[in-house]
Amino acid sequence: MINHMETIYLSIVLAPLFGSLVAGLFGRAIGRAGAHWVTIIGVAISSILSMLAYKHHIIDGAPDYNQTLYTWLTSGGIDFQIGFLIDPLSVTMMVVVSFVSWMIHIYTIGYMHDDPGYQRFFSYISLFTFAMLMLVMSNNFLQLFFGWEAVGLVSYLLIGFWFKKESAIFANLKAFLVNRVGDFGFLLGVAAILMYFNTLDYVEVFNNVEQHKNTTITLFNGESWSVMTVICLSLFIGAMGKSAQFPLHVWLPDSMEGPTPISALIHAATMVTAGIFMVSRMSPLFELSVTALNFILVIGAVTALFMGFLGLVQNDIKRVVAYSTLSQLGYMTVALGASAYAAAMFHLVTHAFFKALLFLAAGAVIIVMHHEQDMRKMGGLFKYMPITCLTCLIGTLALIGFPGTSGFFSKDIIIEAVHHSSLPASDFAYYAVLSGVFVTALYSFRLFFMTFFGKENMKRDVWKNLHEAPAVVTLPLIILAIPSLLLGIFLVEPLLMGDYFGSAIYVSSEHDVLSKIATGYHGTFSFITHAFLYPPVYLAFLGLFVAWLCYIKYPSLPEKLVNHIGFIYQILINKYGFDEFNQVVFAGGVRKIGNFLSQVGDVKLIDGALVNGSAKSVRLFSNTIRHIQSGYLYHYAFAIIIGLLLLIVIFVHEVLS
Amino acid sequence: MNLDNLPILSILIWLPILGGVWSLIIGDQEERVVKRFSFLISFVTFLLSVLLYYQFDNSFSGMQFIEELYWIESFSIKYHLGVDGIALPLIMLTTFTTILVVMAAWEVIDKNISYYMCAFLILTGLMNGVFVALDSILFYVFWESMLIPMFLIIGIWGGPNRVYATIKFFLYTFFGSVFMLVALLYLYSITDSFNIQVLQEASIGLTAQKLIFIAFFLAFAVKIPMWPVHTWLPDAHVEAPTGGSVVLAAIMLKMGGYGFLRFSLPIAPDASLFFADAMIALSLIAIVYIGFVALVQEDMKKLIAYSSISHMGFVTLGFFIPFGIFAATNSNAGAVMGMEGAMMQMISHGFISAAMFLCVGVMYDRLHSRMIKDYGGVVNSMPYFAAFMMLFAMANSGLPGTSGFVGEFLVILSSFKLSFWIAFTAALTLILGAAYTLWMYKRVVFGEAIREEVLELKDIDARETFILFLLASVVLLFGIWPAPLFDVMHVSIEQLIQHISQTKIL
Repeated sequence: MINHMETIYLSIVLAPLFGSLVAGLFGRAIGRAGAHWVTIIGVAISSILSMLAYKHHIIDGAPDYNQTLYTWLTSGGIDFQIGFLIDPLSVTMMVVVSFVSWMIHIYTIGYMHDDPGYQRFFSYISLFTFAMLMLVMSNNFLQLFFGWEAVGLVSYLLIGFWFKKESAIFANLKAFLVNRVGDFGFLLGVAAILMYFNTLDYVEVFNNVEQHKNTTITLFNGESWSVMTVICLSLFIGAMGKSAQFPLHVWLPDSMEGPTPISALIHAATMVTAGIFMVSRMSPLFELSVTALNFILVIGAVTALFMGFLGLVQNDIKRVVAYSTLSQLGYMTVALGASAYAAAMFHLVTHAFFKALLFLAAGAVIIVMHHEQDMRKMGGLFKYMPITCLTCLIGTLALIGFPGTSGFFSKDIIIEAVHHSSLPASDFAYYAVLSGVFVTALYSFRLFFMTFFGKENMKRDVWKNLHEAPAVVTLPLIILAIPSLLLGIFLVEPLLMGDYFGSAIYVSSEHDVLSKIATGYHGTFSFITHAFLYPPVYLAFLGLFVAWLCYIKYPSLPEKLVNHIGFIYQILINKYGFDEFNQVVFAGGVRKIGNFLSQVGDVKLIDGALVNGSAKSVRLFSNTIRHIQSGYLYHYAFAIIIGLLLLIVIFVHEVLS
Repeated sequence: MNLDNLPILSILIWLPILGGVWSLIIGDQEERVVKRFSFLISFVTFLLSVLLYYQFDNSFSGMQFIEELYWIESFSIKYHLGVDGIALPLIMLTTFTTILVVMAAWEVIDKNISYYMCAFLILTGLMNGVFVALDSILFYVFWESMLIPMFLIIGIWGGPNRVYATIKFFLYTFFGSVFMLVALLYLYSITDSFNIQVLQEASIGLTAQKLIFIAFFLAFAVKIPMWPVHTWLPDAHVEAPTGGSVVLAAIMLKMGGYGFLRFSLPIAPDASLFFADAMIALSLIAIVYIGFVALVQEDMKKLIAYSSISHMGFVTLGFFIPFGIFAATNSNAGAVMGMEGAMMQMISHGFISAAMFLCVGVMYDRLHSRMIKDYGGVVNSMPYFAAFMMLFAMANSGLPGTSGFVGEFLVILSSFKLSFWIAFTAALTLILGAAYTLWMYKRVVFGEAIREEVLELKDIDARETFILFLLASVVLLFGIWPAPLFDVMHVSIEQLIQHISQTKIL
């Protein structure tokens, strides 16, 4: 069985890679249909085999699989290897990644139908699937970093997919560089792990964490830090980049310049959750650093609440969903900080489905509207696009945590977990995520109402051609709507009561908030009714109600509100000024430093003064002493006489003394 | 035929040199013959280096394929050749690059093609000579004579400002090398030998070691080049023809690195230890300072030249990190990784810089400009080219999965053992390297083509595709599976680390 499984795991990663290579290298030869078939079949194989692996590990309870594929290199007695660790954590991710990717491959047939870069697009998204699977299936930090950077690369390529658009190629460079800032931290974390553990293998590192519980490192003069804190903070900086946490969130809204299918796949469902997955994977390390956990709580809470506010003022349909993604990633991060890793993973899974669904629904609207993304020019689409509207409603309900939907369970557990957490930062985080519920409901239904209900504001020629999206588009929507609605009911019990993740996630007993929640758990139904005793549900309803008031009942209300609180509105519309700040301070500053070093350092000082300067001084020196060799005999004779006289003077002086 | 007795190293030196002379005899009139003949010579030379690789014994730490004859007996100067795991990868890099350069010149060089091929073939022989010479005078002769063909290449086929650049290049590097000769003569005076291996074993006092180190440093630091003696490189690159830039970046810079490994470190290990902090500081300055400078360049070749200097910072950092580790921990653990990382960085940079310069060459051949502002939107007319260049740009930014990642990664891991802050500073390249490379890529390749000329550019032809494909293959191969390269150098590097970790002061 073991060998058998190895073939399956290899096929899971290689099938999308094969599809990507064929579509990318021979795109012209196989044509458009050839490209989508080869990649869709590749991802379908990957997805079905992942489900098989899921059954094998989770349902049949097979032991973890941990094998090396090959040795990348050996240096200084350390083997750097490529290999797979398949346990409940990775197999869950594999199913989510390959399945969502599969749906998005199908959807792309409709969305990219008229695009000249059709084959290239399929090649990229399959390549992404390969990279993401390598990331989640890795059994060591090296391969994790490989996948980590590789998904960043594909994200870069896809954001800049429409390479003629200036805003797209600005956004992709920005995304890559901001991610690199995170990777910079991540790499230092990996280096620290290698230094203290002498291996990059997960299991070996996790087995030895106790040894370094109290090890310290001196970073600044005389100030010693716990090694675990340094490692965890470094790794988490990587997660902040990839999972777009404040203040490295700035790239995600701009990434919406890419085609919508990748916004759904990469910038909502999978890649941006890599940071969440990584921290969950490293739970044995993070559990040893309370400092890091507090830091994570604060960062997550700030992202969850303040990015949600920004969703309220955006009019671009994709950007609203993007800010919502930021905010939801903040929720997951808060769960990590509260040591509720399983809850973070739970929300990751449900969010992957409902957020992919929301993005794809937004994409369906965008195609039907002829690439119009401004919600102020939509409205009343319910009549024309009932399937899209209903699936979008399911996604929205899941997002706001409507009782019974998948998002309800995952989000409720996070809020409960923070409530139970005893870390100093948990109070702040609790109120942040609690207020976030209201904000989420408000912006979600603002989007829903503005798009599908109210006055039909579109241009006339668009309005005449309104119709439901084609079947390749609606089919993935319907398929994704099912888990968005129902997944929570099935997963909540094994997650809370059963030992779903097994040994893949470690929580020290003093941080174990989930087990506290589990003691009050008496079945799924009572979990739902129980929720009505606590504020989140009412906050969600309140948000829904306010959205209804503002966008259905009294459509003029928002404008009046903006006039009253113009100052706050300005702050929100400027996204707290982060973009301007980065543009001036970082982008501008770096260029100023570069110009200074280039002009003053290299050209003036080194070349001007030293190199050509020494050449000049040689010339100056030669010009001066050239005068001595005048060629006139009497000059030389005169020099000889002076020399003789000097010699005599010295001689006499010596004799006398 | 018994291959064991073949003087393979001599052939690696003299076959290209004689081939070069012969191509001159064939003359410019027979253009096609010259090209085919030069290609044949470069290809056979490469096959010989492959043969060398297969015959090479990975488990043996000493020199192999030794050839030894008296040259000037009264000073015991010998024609003494041999290779170890440090020289072998560099030889293979040299012969591989020569094939690329010959192919790259195929339709591009229209002036004095036989002289051009002659210069490059002779250069190849001389460079092989540098890597296999075990007699220091022989080494010096190869080292200095290498300047002549390069001087001619830049001087004859170079750009408008070629005279300034070529004189600067010559004087700069010659200035450094003279001090090396002084050091060699001094070493002869105390050991009565020019044999490099004898010099490595000689015990020398600390003061003498320091002076020797400084003399060698002047030669090698200029060549590699280290900050602040780097300013000849951007000028030389800008004026050099594409082939010249490729050889310069891919191989000649590595001479400096090779010199450190062969002379500075093993002959003066105590002085190396003494100067290690300063050398690490200079390396970090190269990585960061030059990264900033590269960012604001407007000339693509200058930008890549600066990026080379920054990448070479990792090489020197990897060379001197081990001394820091000896001093800090009294053990060798972690030192090997830095040194091997530096070696890997040299090899990988050979491929990537060659590829980057060839890419600029491809554009220059079409539009006769190296300035970033003259391009923009190249992808619209040259999609295949854009795809290749994307790969190389990513490799230049050190993306995992390409060879550019391996060396930097190992050096950063190794430097963390010495200090968090050194690793921190070195790792800034992750951001800076990506910034300058991808920003250039964005401005040159992406976007709407604004200039008419750019829209009319022809995509790469079969010859250009083949050259870039070869480079792309090795860049990916060594990114995904660098182990074969490390297997070749392990024993030699470990022995070197062992050697330099012991004091030579009696």
